[in-house]
Amino acid sequence: MEAYIYDHVRTPRGKGRPDGALHEVTSVEMATQLLKALQERNALDTALLDDVIIGMAQPVGEQGGVLARAAVLQAGYAQTVAGQQIHRFCATGLDAVSLIAAQVHSGMIQAGIGGGVESMSRTTMGYDSGAWTSDPAVAYGNYYAPQGIGADIIATLDGYTREDVDAFAVESQRKAAHAWQNGYFEKSIVPVKDILGKVLLDHDEHMRPGTTLESLAKLKPAFEGFGKAGFEAVAKARYPEIEDIGYVHHGGNSSGIVDGSGLVLVGSLEFGEKAGLKPRGRIRSYANIGSEPTIMLTAPAAVSRKALKAGGMEAGDVDLWELNEAFASVVLRYQRDMDIPDERINVNGGAIAMGHPLGATGAMILGTVLDELERRDLNTGLITLCAANGLGTAAIIERV
Amino acid sequence: METMRLDKAADGFAILTLDAEGAMNVVNDAFIADMEAVTQQVAEDDAIKGVVVMSAKTTFMAGADLKQLVNGFETLSVDEAYAFAKRATDMHRAIERSGKPWVAAINGLALGGGFELALACHRRILVDDPKAVVGLPEVNVGLLPGSGGTVRLGIIAGMKTALDLLLSGRSVAPAEALKLKIVDQVVPAGALVEAAKAWLATGPDPVKPWDVKGWVPPQKKGMTVPEDSAAYMMAAGGIAKSGYNQPAPLAILNAVFHGLQMPFDKALAVEGKYFAKLLTNPVSRNIIRTTFISKLAAEKGARRPEGFPKFTVKKVGVLGAGMMGAGIAYVSANAGIEVVLIDRDTATAQKGKDYSAKVLGKLVEKGKLTQDKADAVLARITPADDFALLDGCDLVVEAVFEDTAIKAETTRKAEAVLPEHAVYASNTSTLPISQLAQASKRPDQFIGLHFFSPVDRMALVEVIMGKQTSKETLAKGLDYIAQLRKTPIVVNDSRGFYTSRVFQMLIHEGAAMLAQGVPPAVIENAAKAVGMPVGPLALLDELTLDLPLKIVDQAIAEEGDAYTPPAGVAVMRRMRDEIGRSGRKTGGAFYDYPEGGKKRLWSGLAEHFPVEDGWDLEELKTRYLYAQAMETARCLEENVLETPQDADLGALYGWGFPSWTGGTVSYIDTIGVARFVQEADRLAQLYGPRFLPSAWLREKAAKGEAFYTPAQASETREAVPA
Repeated sequence: MEAYIYDHVRTPRGKGRPDGALHEVTSVEMATQLLKALQERNALDTALLDDVIIGMAQPVGEQGGVLARAAVLQAGYAQTVAGQQIHRFCATGLDAVSLIAAQVHSGMIQAGIGGGVESMSRTTMGYDSGAWTSDPAVAYGNYYAPQGIGADIIATLDGYTREDVDAFAVESQRKAAHAWQNGYFEKSIVPVKDILGKVLLDHDEHMRPGTTLESLAKLKPAFEGFGKAGFEAVAKARYPEIEDIGYVHHGGNSSGIVDGSGLVLVGSLEFGEKAGLKPRGRIRSYANIGSEPTIMLTAPAAVSRKALKAGGMEAGDVDLWELNEAFASVVLRYQRDMDIPDERINVNGGAIAMGHPLGATGAMILGTVLDELERRDLNTGLITLCAANGLGTAAIIERV
Repeated sequence: METMRLDKAADGFAILTLDAEGAMNVVNDAFIADMEAVTQQVAEDDAIKGVVVMSAKTTFMAGADLKQLVNGFETLSVDEAYAFAKRATDMHRAIERSGKPWVAAINGLALGGGFELALACHRRILVDDPKAVVGLPEVNVGLLPGSGGTVRLGIIAGMKTALDLLLSGRSVAPAEALKLKIVDQVVPAGALVEAAKAWLATGPDPVKPWDVKGWVPPQKKGMTVPEDSAAYMMAAGGIAKSGYNQPAPLAILNAVFHGLQMPFDKALAVEGKYFAKLLTNPVSRNIIRTTFISKLAAEKGARRPEGFPKFTVKKVGVLGAGMMGAGIAYVSANAGIEVVLIDRDTATAQKGKDYSAKVLGKLVEKGKLTQDKADAVLARITPADDFALLDGCDLVVEAVFEDTAIKAETTRKAEAVLPEHAVYASNTSTLPISQLAQASKRPDQFIGLHFFSPVDRMALVEVIMGKQTSKETLAKGLDYIAQLRKTPIVVNDSRGFYTSRVFQMLIHEGAAMLAQGVPPAVIENAAKAVGMPVGPLALLDELTLDLPLKIVDQAIAEEGDAYTPPAGVAVMRRMRDEIGRSGRKTGGAFYDYPEGGKKRLWSGLAEHFPVEDGWDLEELKTRYLYAQAMETARCLEENVLETPQDADLGALYGWGFPSWTGGTVSYIDTIGVARFVQEADRLAQLYGPRFLPSAWLREKAAKGEAFYTPAQASETREAVPA
């Protein structure tokens, strides 16, 4: 059975801090508002849905306890709709969509919603630290280093200078601003409202249009402190070809800390007929992979090849590429590995400009690619994310 | 009881005085047995209301007896090692659960097991004396405090302080100990017992917090507390700084991590398991054997021939006031010896003396030395250009330019003045002693004393016996080294002696890798990954390529075709002679030295020595260790070295061979000679005959022999405190 994309929505991204516009909105409320929006704009009979998978990178506190099920009930969906939480670090949001698609593919379900949510302003980063970072036997034995160190290792190994990564960041800001100005995101944005029903946020709040190389040059490298505290030794144990780590990443060329949610409605052809909906695209293939965990950010190329192979495709078949901008060096490495020209990847900017609400981002950028394929009247897009501990996920979508 | 006595008193406060045979109290089987008996007596005797634990020595307690612990690896199963830890753990547990309050009246340093005992007491009162330091230094011998130390310190001081102290092994003086809350009170000397009894008189509760029902372990919430979780993340990264060869830091971190989450007795049990793993790991054996047992034995005269009266050097002549001469003059004067420092003119000699002024000045600045004492040391050094001043010297150390003719001239001029009994020592690092002794009228009194640079910081002195050097001269030379409080090894004359010879293997191995396409950063990092402090290319830059190449040229001149040049010669010659880069002094060889910046590997290396894929870090690490270990085995075979202890001490303290190995010979023994030979054969096939085992070594392998005999390590009778 084929798995079709019927719709997708996302919240705007609020600054992930107490003074961010979305700080007063709980994670479950963000997901609830999106579920309601999906129902309303599609006049959806929610009893036709089998499952909702909503993931996050911090499934603890208000984001714990199978948030999806709570949101389903809050949104007034039929109580027969099941809910599930998944956690695959930053790969979560896209993987949730893939898992819904896989259930449709297998015939296990007819339709469902996949995506993610993350309120980074409300859940402390590190709440879900886990054995891999903090059980000494595991962290030491697996050469754990913080992600930023991994990004700087890539830059060091590949020879990306501070100017290279900053130039990438400037471009991300420029493309995002251009896309917003021209309304490229309008189709999928669902403004978030407060308890009075007033709009709290209708645009991505983290962007800094007009960012220049000069303004970025003022920022201090963010991860040198970790390096000097011992993680440089970890990096060299794993990568002895490094003489000295070049610390080039900082807040301005790394993904932004934001709040947000994104959801994708996926179902079979039969579901579409019953619901009276026309598919906008289909999910052709998807894949997950593990890569070297100290850098932990280099899975995208390998997992993209895996997804291409699963779809019986070649890189040349892909019209638009989208890799989450976790750090500038991650995308630069990926472009080099996959030989992707600048004008075909992250065409409307990415997380460096707009922010990266960890577990939600994958679902958001799948939607971005589908919208852009439609706008440009192109056919095929590949969406991929690197994730903590060396994980990576990819999915290929095409219009129908 | 042999190790302590319990004196009851009318006030009900018994005094337990630790007073074992020997200079210090240590934890050993006898101590534990006594303490078990005393604790039972205290618990059962209603007349005893409390106990003051003190020491009859100037120190409180120095720790476990390493002489016993060193045999753990060879003699104990993991279960037995755990039982060993558990007995001491139970001993401390019995103290804190005796129903009576115990006060540790700490009158001097309390380290390791000594401080664990104090932690088990209900109160710790420390004397206000900078020498009375407390701490848990077990990490330095590859162990952890295994009788409750990690658990109690973690609870009392908190995770961060506990990890700092346990992972660094540092000991702290009274003021800091009080601030860190690891002692409860600091009092002036003489007021200890009074303060202890005063506290006992307040009728304190003898139940420890963790024995009160409802007590919650400090980190029971485990990783759900983000701050704790982040702290362990940082700590796990922090221990990577000490490399991946030492098991103790990780075991300590694990013990604290698990210990603070669990009920007290469960935590103690887990700590004991980690201790058992470390005690039965060869690394702790290797570190303890070389850095404590063998080192102390060497310093106490293990290699000194018997039958010669103790020789005291009152006046020493130092010939040559260059860097080495200046350093030797300083350490001699510092040891209370009159020094005549001679060079070609008084001004040059004075420059040598100025070095002492500089070192002493820094010590005064740091408050480690009074100006008076510094002045006294300096006053002992007489800079001069006149050999006549050597009159009355008991010993001279020659440290002039490494040239046979110049040295011969110096010998003749000195011996013309020296008294009959005087020892003539050369500090040469390259020229054969027997050859230099040919210039001497009394070659039996001629010896090599090879100091290392910087002399005031490097503990080792390599003593070289020439063909005619007498035993008496050796005894005198060793007595002089003992006066300097340095660590001697004794070797027989041969090219490069022992330390320089084996050190050459390290730098040549690194240079050879460059020609094999190994990236230069990998060459350096592989050496650091085995625990060498500095990479071989950086070492070569400091030495300059002239030095190793001169050694090679000399050998070729003397031996011709019989000589096989070492592995890195081609690279070194190419660097110096074709590329024109010979060392840091001339602007850099393998490194560049940007002004005001950090040195960087020279970017031109890639052009001359193209990098190739296919290098394997583990293989490179093995090559470094095997190249040095194999050359050490040859030194033993050729009788350049006579004992494995000399080999290991020379390796650790001479050129920084990693301590986790215990030294080049302990490294072979730890692997096992048979397996070592097998692996060396494989390396010889791939990289050349420098790895090829000799017939002698093969025979040793076939017989199943080791270099150390199991009994050797524990021959010293006196306890060696941790």
